Amino acid sequence: MRNALDLAWPREGLTRVPYPIYSRADVYAEERARIFQGPVWNFLCLEAELPQPGDYRATFVGDMPVIVARDLAGTLAAFENRCAHRGALLCFARGGHGREISCVYHNWTYDLRGRLTGVTFQRGVNRQGGMPADFERSKHNLRTLRVESFAGIVFGTFSDATPPVETYLGPAIAERIRRVMRKPVKVLGYNSQMLPNNWKVYVENNKDSYHASLLHAFFTTFRVNRLSQEGGIIVDDSGGHHVSYSKRATDKPSAEYDATDLRAKRRDYRLADPSLLDGVDEFGDGITLQILTVFPAFVVQQIQNSLAVRQIVPRGVGETELFWTYLGYADDDGAMLAIRQKQSNLVGPGGYISMEDGAVGGFIQRALPGGEEGAAVVEMGGRGVGSETTRATETSVRGFWQVYRRLMGV
Amino acid sequence: MPADIATERDVERLLARYVASIDADRLEEWPGYFTERCRYQIITSENYEQGLPLGIFFADSQAMLQDRVAALRQANIYEGQRYRHLVSSTLILGEEDGLVIAQSNYMVARIMHDGATMLFSTGRYLDRVDLRGPGPLFAEKLVILDSRRIDTLLAIPL
Repeated sequence: MRNALDLAWPREGLTRVPYPIYSRADVYAEERARIFQGPVWNFLCLEAELPQPGDYRATFVGDMPVIVARDLAGTLAAFENRCAHRGALLCFARGGHGREISCVYHNWTYDLRGRLTGVTFQRGVNRQGGMPADFERSKHNLRTLRVESFAGIVFGTFSDATPPVETYLGPAIAERIRRVMRKPVKVLGYNSQMLPNNWKVYVENNKDSYHASLLHAFFTTFRVNRLSQEGGIIVDDSGGHHVSYSKRATDKPSAEYDATDLRAKRRDYRLADPSLLDGVDEFGDGITLQILTVFPAFVVQQIQNSLAVRQIVPRGVGETELFWTYLGYADDDGAMLAIRQKQSNLVGPGGYISMEDGAVGGFIQRALPGGEEGAAVVEMGGRGVGSETTRATETSVRGFWQVYRRLMGV
Repeated sequence: MPADIATERDVERLLARYVASIDADRLEEWPGYFTERCRYQIITSENYEQGLPLGIFFADSQAMLQDRVAALRQANIYEGQRYRHLVSSTLILGEEDGLVIAQSNYMVARIMHDGATMLFSTGRYLDRVDLRGPGPLFAEKLVILDSRRIDTLLAIPL
C-alpha cells in the first residue's frame, strides 16, 4: 500500500483544481506509479508503425521508456526499454527491426517478447570469470506490459486490473475512435513539440472545448468552430475519456456571440488563398471537428481532413513532450494527399489553430509561484460530469479530475 | 565574372535579403521573395529523408504565404519574439527546368521579449531559385529541420 499524498483537495470538489497539482515533484512521482502504471491503457504506437514481424519501436508510458514490438510470430508485445543488467536503454533510436534486441553496453540479448536470451560470457572466458553457476536467465526477463490493439491503435497497461480496451473506453468513445480509424492508415509525418508546462495542463486543454473558439482566432474567423455551431461533448461513464465534435455548416446566429467583443471574432479577415480550407466530407456525417481523449494522455484528432494522434509524454514536473503523428489512409490518392498536405497547416507546432496551445500552458505554469493556496475554477456547464449538447462546458475537464483523484487517492 | 560565381552571388544575396526581412520583423516582405506559384515547406529531416510528406508549414502559392503573415499579425497568439538567422555560404547543386538548385545551412536563435535566447533551429535550405526575371525569386524553398522537436511553437517563418 502506498502512502497517501499530503494534498488537501478544495472542498468544492471537481470544480476546483489546486494549483500545486501542476508543480509538486512528489505528485509527479506518484503519477508515474498510480496513473501511468495504474489501471489505464496507454497509447504505445499504431499497428501501421509495426507492419512486419521483427519490427519494434521505442515509446513511452508516462515518462518511462518502453519498447513495443511485433514478434516473429506477428504478436504484439511491449516491455520496459531498460536492460536487466545495468539498466541502460536497449533501444535509443526510434525503433528497428530484427530477431532480437541487444544492449550495446554488455551485449545482453532479449527476444521480442522481452525475455533474456543471451548473457555474453555467461560461462566466462577461458573458463575464468562468468556469472555464478546458479544464475538463471529466466529470472531476469524484462518487465512486460499487457498489450491490446484496438482499431489499429496499440495500447499497453502494467496493471492486471485494467479491463479490455473496448470496455475501458465505453461504447461511445470506442465508436468515435473507429470512425477515424475506419480503414488502414498510413503515417504522413512526425514531429514533437516541447510544451513548457505540466502534462495535465495540456490534457485539460484538449478536454476544454470552452477555449477553442476564444483562444484560437483562426478557427472562429472562418467559422470552422464557434460554440454556437451544432456539436457537443460525449463523456464516457468513468469521466476519463471524451469526444468533442462540431459541424461546420450548421452555425446558427447567436446573440451572445454578436454582443461579445471577442478578439477571436475579426470580421475583416479573409484568406487570400482559401484553398487551404478546401476539403471533403470523407466521413459522410458532416462532422468537421472531432477531438477525442483517452485517459490518461492520448488524443485522436480529426479537424476537417487533418487526421493525427497525439501522445503526451511528461518530461518532468514543468515540461511535456507532445508527439504528433499525422495520418492519412493507405488508399488515399494524390488529390486527397494534397488536401491533407494543405490542412496540415492547421495543426502541429506551427498550426493556425493549435500554436496557441503551445504557449498557453506555459502561461499557467509560469503563474504558479505564489499560487500554492489557490485553485483553478472549473464550473462552466455546471458541477457534474456527463455528456452535453453544448460545448460551452468544462464537463470533460471535471471528468478527467474525477478519474485522476480516484487513482491518486486525493 | 564567371557565370557560376555570379549565380552563387545572386542566390546568396537573395538569401541575405530574405533573412534580413524576417529578422527585422518585416514579415510583410517575406512572400515577395517567392514566385506566385511557389512552394514553401518547413519539414523535419526525419520526415524528408523517409519520404513522409507532412511538415510544419506548407504553402503552394504566394497568397498562402501572405495568409500566414496575416494570421500571425491578426489571429494567432504568441509571445513577442524575434529570430536571428545565420546562413552559410551557398552550394549550387545544379540546374533544372531553368531553376538553380542551391543548398545553404542555417542556424536560428530565438530571442524572446524578456531576453531569453535559445538556439531555436538548425537545418538547411534546399532552394530552387528563378534567376530569369528582373530579380531572383524562390520558386521552391524547403526548410529541412535537423531536429524533429520544436520548442513551444513555431510562429515566425524560417
